[in-house]
Amino acid sequence: MANPKPRVKVPKKASKGEVITIKTLISHPMESGQRKDKQGNLVPRQIINTFKCEFDGQLVFECDMDPAVSANPYMEFNAKVENSGTFKFTWVDDDGSVYETEKKITVE
Amino acid sequence: MTFTRRQVFGLTAGAAAFVAVAPRISFAATDDTEAAIKAFTGGAEPATGTVTLDTPEIAENGNTVPVGVSVESPMTADNYVESVLILAEGNPSPAVATFHFTAMSGAAEAKTRIRLAKTQNVIAVAKMNDGSTFIDRKEVKVTIGGCGG
Amino acid sequence: MARSYRLSLAAGVALVLGAHSAAIAGGPSDDKLVIDGEMEIMTRVAPPEGHPLDEVISGWHYRTEETRDLEADSFQNPGMLYVERGEEIWNTVEGDAGKSCASCHEDGAEFLKGIGANYPKWNAGAGKPFNIELQINQCREENMQAKPYKFDAADQKALTTFIKHQSIGMPVELDLTEGDMKSWWDKGEELYYTRTGQLNLSCATCHEDYNGNYIRADHLSQGNVNGFPTYRLKQSAMVSLHNRFRGCIRDTRAAFPAAFSDDLMALEVYVTWRGSGLGVETPAVRQ
Repeated sequence: MANPKPRVKVPKKASKGEVITIKTLISHPMESGQRKDKQGNLVPRQIINTFKCEFDGQLVFECDMDPAVSANPYMEFNAKVENSGTFKFTWVDDDGSVYETEKKITVE
Repeated sequence: MTFTRRQVFGLTAGAAAFVAVAPRISFAATDDTEAAIKAFTGGAEPATGTVTLDTPEIAENGNTVPVGVSVESPMTADNYVESVLILAEGNPSPAVATFHFTAMSGAAEAKTRIRLAKTQNVIAVAKMNDGSTFIDRKEVKVTIGGCGG
Repeated sequence: MARSYRLSLAAGVALVLGAHSAAIAGGPSDDKLVIDGEMEIMTRVAPPEGHPLDEVISGWHYRTEETRDLEADSFQNPGMLYVERGEEIWNTVEGDAGKSCASCHEDGAEFLKGIGANYPKWNAGAGKPFNIELQINQCREENMQAKPYKFDAADQKALTTFIKHQSIGMPVELDLTEGDMKSWWDKGEELYYTRTGQLNLSCATCHEDYNGNYIRADHLSQGNVNGFPTYRLKQSAMVSLHNRFRGCIRDTRAAFPAAFSDDLMALEVYVTWRGSGLGVETPAVRQ
């Protein structure tokens, strides 16, 4: 597939102090380094090794990933929101690439 | 060569006894798993309870197995779950993922999808901010398909 | 010798199929497929006239709860990543004519509604039925002056997935009155019931005679194709229909025909018809 594409689902609105559920998905083969190609050569490992979610600069949730995480990695977690702001999502690839996306939430 | 029912039972009991007295003689991956747990807990033996691992009893394909973890905690600034280590003891390498939480997580819950090489135990170890640790284990049967597998 | 070997293998397979059906509770699940709690998909329908089964059932019902749930959540369904990629391709200019799909089909969403439910369709110019992949390649060559996709190129699968997804929930319905569609249907039917390979299995052996039973740990479905291209957990990627046809035939230990060959196009026409009335599920999620 072309460049990894992140998808994120965050509620648009929440009430103050509410614990919301966030879902994320990114297209990535998560090449484990265990697989062999048709010639019998080991395909080198290339995975997303870190995922991070921040809210207005503060860490909400982070995950270190190993090759046992499935292709197109999915993460579901929670966040407690006290005020309106912006969630920033970051995925770090073994090759150093960083994939980012943001979502705003309005707290009433 | 044929076995009688009694002989078969005897053999099975013998094998079970062998496993019971010599639990350390097993696959390298199990040792790796124990080592990973010790490294995570700082050598402490984690207690059971508090952390719950949610896995399917049977996974239709080992490539994409949904796993969820939840830890009982108020998740306040001075009482929260720091991290949860997920291990799969039957994989070539047991490490799967480590979730890190903060008070802003609101709830110490996370879900992802993982690869399991075969039927095996999946393990979750939770570490609280006071250093105490908890463990849960679930067996997941990974089916080998006929054609679809 | 060769013949008796083949017969004993076939008997062995039949035994495995038969024995397991009794040992493990089989049959499709009674669940309903509702995407995001909003859109119910027709997954159990009355068969079209002349169909050998009493009820047409989607493969979704034969999967475990976890796999069924994955398809029912359009966010979690990894196949949706390929729908999004396909939409990008739809809007991307390629080839010497400087066109994208969208250049000709301006109102893509409206134009594409139903396409995924009504293909394969008779193509008079080619004198054969065209599936979506063949139609895409014809558009690329003639209108975009771009190279046709090679079979199972990543972009071919993503674009086909996007196009079929525009008809999600719409009932599968083929027009067999156009051109020679009926004779291709006849040929497909004949292939469906022809035993092949060292295991001497036909499509019908597993998907008509033994659907609902287990072949080893695998729960056999009716082999309907309303969810293709489908996200398969095994490959962790989209799998095209002709890839699956070839995989099934390979598993009978037979030489398998080329993708988009006349044999597989005839089979696509016939097998698609067998799923008439089922809602399009693309991208379905299977084991």
